[in-house]
Amino acid sequence: MITKTVKGVSDALQGVADNMTLMLGGFGLCGIPENAIAELVRQNVKGLTCISNNAGVDDFGLGLLLQKKQIKKMVSSYVGENEEFERQMLSGELDVELIPQGTLAERCRAAQAGFPAFYTPAGYGTEVGEGKESREFNGKMYILEKAFEADFAFVKAWKGDEAGNLIFKGTARNFNPCMCGAAKITVAEVEELVPAGELDPNQIHIPGIFVQRIFQGKNYEKRIEQRTVRKK
Amino acid sequence: MLDKNGIAKRIAKELEDGYFVNLGIGIPTLVANYIPDHIQVEFQSENGVLGMGPFPFEGEEDADIINAGKQTITTLPGASFFDSAMSFSMIRGKHVDLTILGAMEVAENGDIANWKIPGKMVKGMGGAMDLVASAENIIVAMMHTNRAGESKLLKSCTLPLTGVKCVKKIVTNMAVIEVTDKGFKLIERAPGVSVEDIKKATAGTLIVEGTIPEMEL
Repeated sequence: MITKTVKGVSDALQGVADNMTLMLGGFGLCGIPENAIAELVRQNVKGLTCISNNAGVDDFGLGLLLQKKQIKKMVSSYVGENEEFERQMLSGELDVELIPQGTLAERCRAAQAGFPAFYTPAGYGTEVGEGKESREFNGKMYILEKAFEADFAFVKAWKGDEAGNLIFKGTARNFNPCMCGAAKITVAEVEELVPAGELDPNQIHIPGIFVQRIFQGKNYEKRIEQRTVRKK
Repeated sequence: MLDKNGIAKRIAKELEDGYFVNLGIGIPTLVANYIPDHIQVEFQSENGVLGMGPFPFEGEEDADIINAGKQTITTLPGASFFDSAMSFSMIRGKHVDLTILGAMEVAENGDIANWKIPGKMVKGMGGAMDLVASAENIIVAMMHTNRAGESKLLKSCTLPLTGVKCVKKIVTNMAVIEVTDKGFKLIERAPGVSVEDIKKATAGTLIVEGTIPEMEL
């Protein structure tokens, strides 16, 4: 067994530097790597390019990095619900690349799977397709999209073991599995870190080969963005 | 004239037994409230859940179980969770039978615009471009005119496009319309709405053949 465990979040982020490209898992605030984000804020690395479906809210998630102006560019599919984001985008301080959600996921997966590029119909005939190579297959038009290149991927899982094997919970899975192994170094934080052998190999969502560092996360807030309930 | 719930109720009649359906935010979400009793459908949310159920009871919400609108939800028996790449494999791979979404504009050739207004803050397309580019069966749920009273059914879209030649059917507060090679074809009228009213509110080519029945809700 190859051990992937690191002591804590500061060891897990070793090597992170200014101007790097980072992938961060999560959909809205669901399944975000809370510990890694807090440490990025603490280390105050600047000029980051962040690939993440969303940009957090003003005071949580990637919004914390935005507040401290640590992000140079966001690559996302949807960036609503964040006033500071809007302010920085409109003032030109922050560069934003909006891409279709399925393309975002697949550009991560392509990097993970060793495909340099792929064809997708999403965005053909729109401004997303402008300047991109297009091609017809079976009478339908597709555009060529490239795999991402990133320095670090920060993902959050429910359970993990010392070998870096991961199990996700509910819709907190989202982009996290797609980003594992899609960057030079993948760092996984988990709610429950167990010794190797304790997780059933049949239940593993992401094998440890895609993960370089794993650590036990703490103090998860798991903030709910839209608490919607019905009466009993 | 229908209200938003009326539009949802009419669209629910398009659901067929065994359909996997993706519902957009807004009016489309309301469709889930009007599924006919005799059929089974399953709702997919692109953030990674199939078999979406109603909102949780107070105190039972789980931060790890949400829909694409970031609302807390529950799951029904037979549900599954999956990652974002697999979710869009379902969508791009045409495994999802029906996509229902809102729009700012639809053109008579089936082009749709629903993500960006130049000069206003752009929030992003989310999964809309993937959905419209891939789905075989797309129904647009929207009001027939915008707040300024201008038609949303146009000869060609004025706003940046979300997808080209993809919309098949439109259900508005005034009418059910099919998108054909020759333009918008009027299929049904909303209760109390005349063909003349619909003609006036439609900027694109409107094809009217024979007597147009009133919707049954």
